[in-house]
Amino acid sequence: MTAIQRDVRAGYAFVERNFNLTKRYWGWEVAFLVYAVAGALSVSLIGQSVGNRRLLMSLVVGAVFWNYLSVVFQSIGDTITWERWEGTLEYTMMAPVRRSVQLLGSALFAVVYGLIHTAVLLVVLALFFSLDLGHANLGAAAIFMVVGSASLIGIGMLAAILPMMSVERGSQMVFVLQSCLLLISGVYYSTDILPGWMQLLSRISPATYVLDAIRKALIDGASADQLLPDLWPLLAMAFVFIPVGLWGFGWAERYAKRTGKLKRVG
Amino acid sequence: MSIAVLGATQSPASIRPIAKAYPTGPAALLVEHATKRFKVDRRKPPVMAVDDVSIRLERGEIYGLLGANGSGKSTFIRLVSGLLTLDAGRVEVFGHDLVREEMAVKRLINRVSVDAAFFKKLSPAENLSFAARLYGLDSGEARRKAALIMARLGIGEKRMGRPVEQMSRGMQQKVAIARAILTSPTLLLLDEPTTGLDPRSKLDVQTFIEELQADHDATILLTTHDLAEAERLCGRIGILAGGRLAVEATPEGLKARVAAEHGLVPTLESAFMAYTGRSLDDDVEEGEAEPAE
Repeated sequence: MTAIQRDVRAGYAFVERNFNLTKRYWGWEVAFLVYAVAGALSVSLIGQSVGNRRLLMSLVVGAVFWNYLSVVFQSIGDTITWERWEGTLEYTMMAPVRRSVQLLGSALFAVVYGLIHTAVLLVVLALFFSLDLGHANLGAAAIFMVVGSASLIGIGMLAAILPMMSVERGSQMVFVLQSCLLLISGVYYSTDILPGWMQLLSRISPATYVLDAIRKALIDGASADQLLPDLWPLLAMAFVFIPVGLWGFGWAERYAKRTGKLKRVG
Repeated sequence: MSIAVLGATQSPASIRPIAKAYPTGPAALLVEHATKRFKVDRRKPPVMAVDDVSIRLERGEIYGLLGANGSGKSTFIRLVSGLLTLDAGRVEVFGHDLVREEMAVKRLINRVSVDAAFFKKLSPAENLSFAARLYGLDSGEARRKAALIMARLGIGEKRMGRPVEQMSRGMQQKVAIARAILTSPTLLLLDEPTTGLDPRSKLDVQTFIEELQADHDATILLTTHDLAEAERLCGRIGILAGGRLAVEATPEGLKARVAAEHGLVPTLESAFMAYTGRSLDDDVEEGEAEPAE
């Protein structure tokens, strides 16, 4: 068996396992989906209530695509937390699998899972508000979801380090990081209204560019050319964050092995 | 059989045959001067968990590691598993250095710990499929092999699809053993695999370990608190005390030595008490108290 075949098989192991877990926890999956739909509808109804169609669309895009980004981020960020919770972390770490394969396998599942969630949300909201997506550039929106996922995966990998380094505080810090991304990325409002220092931070959040581009693509039907100013930062972030995330994860693993923090907790 | 595979201290009369231990080629496991400390409090000196321990296991050998709770047994297993880094010393598995050839070593070893850790909502089949893929097995081969191993351990196909959380502790431990065996490890690390099992499950697991050695040529490093189990299964036994290897010999050699050196009844329990400085009752009462990690 070649090294590539071995990597593909190992990477798929994480996709299959997470799919099986999703299947086994189907009750919770339905509950989370209902909560996500209710949340997105509640926020979007603010736009409906003021009779502003553009605001409504802007809020729908924010609610639906933030849901996608947060699902992807959380799935990767919780890679270690989940294994720690189940007590399987040491077994996974003992297996002859490269960390890049482990993380990319988890990321692949997260993207597929996020896409399914997002599709359901989008269909429900489109039907509920009778949204007209006739002028929308769906292809451009799809490109930004893919590129945005790549840059967010890098940050997710960095977040996954935290539960490895600090057993108790790690997952709390992942949650705080996710909350900060929500605040600074212009999910429900323009980042222009943020204080200056927050606007600076918003520029290093991939979600800022993804949401901005998808709004332009879906509401204004902007072409790919017009969206290039949002594309370059995302590509640059993916190029930087993924290698940094992998390096950081490797460093955290060595730290955990030196200090004994892989041992089961929870 | 070479004397090199046996404890260096016993007399020829005390040598018990070690089934299928082949002292040719590289050692199945070679640990030299393994040392590990943990810093648990900045104001206090580090805790010495494993202190300059060296052992050598030949292919096909079952080596028992005994010791009180907190003596460093599990830490030692984790060091050999690559789950902890050594502060000093080195580990080699079939000639592969654990640090320089980590992936090669990982393909040769697997471990069963006292706590059968699984994704509890998943079925044995799903957990085993995950493990198999991590080790590069294809799903068809893994399914066939898993069914055979599980059947041998007394777990029928019907059980393979139900969540692990619905199984008894003994069943879960058998699935844990199946998960380890599925990957065909040439070195198997068993960290108290029978602790907490009922007598029947314990016997099943012990018999299976013997079969693994006899039929699959597996080399096994076993930690246990069950002295009868150690005597039954192990060709050689090492006793850890305070992170140091206090003594190493065949079971018969240990008994002879404790009688000769300490004037005690020649049993493994006497040897345990003499070389750990405590009784089995002390150990049980203290509970699990590994060095803080």
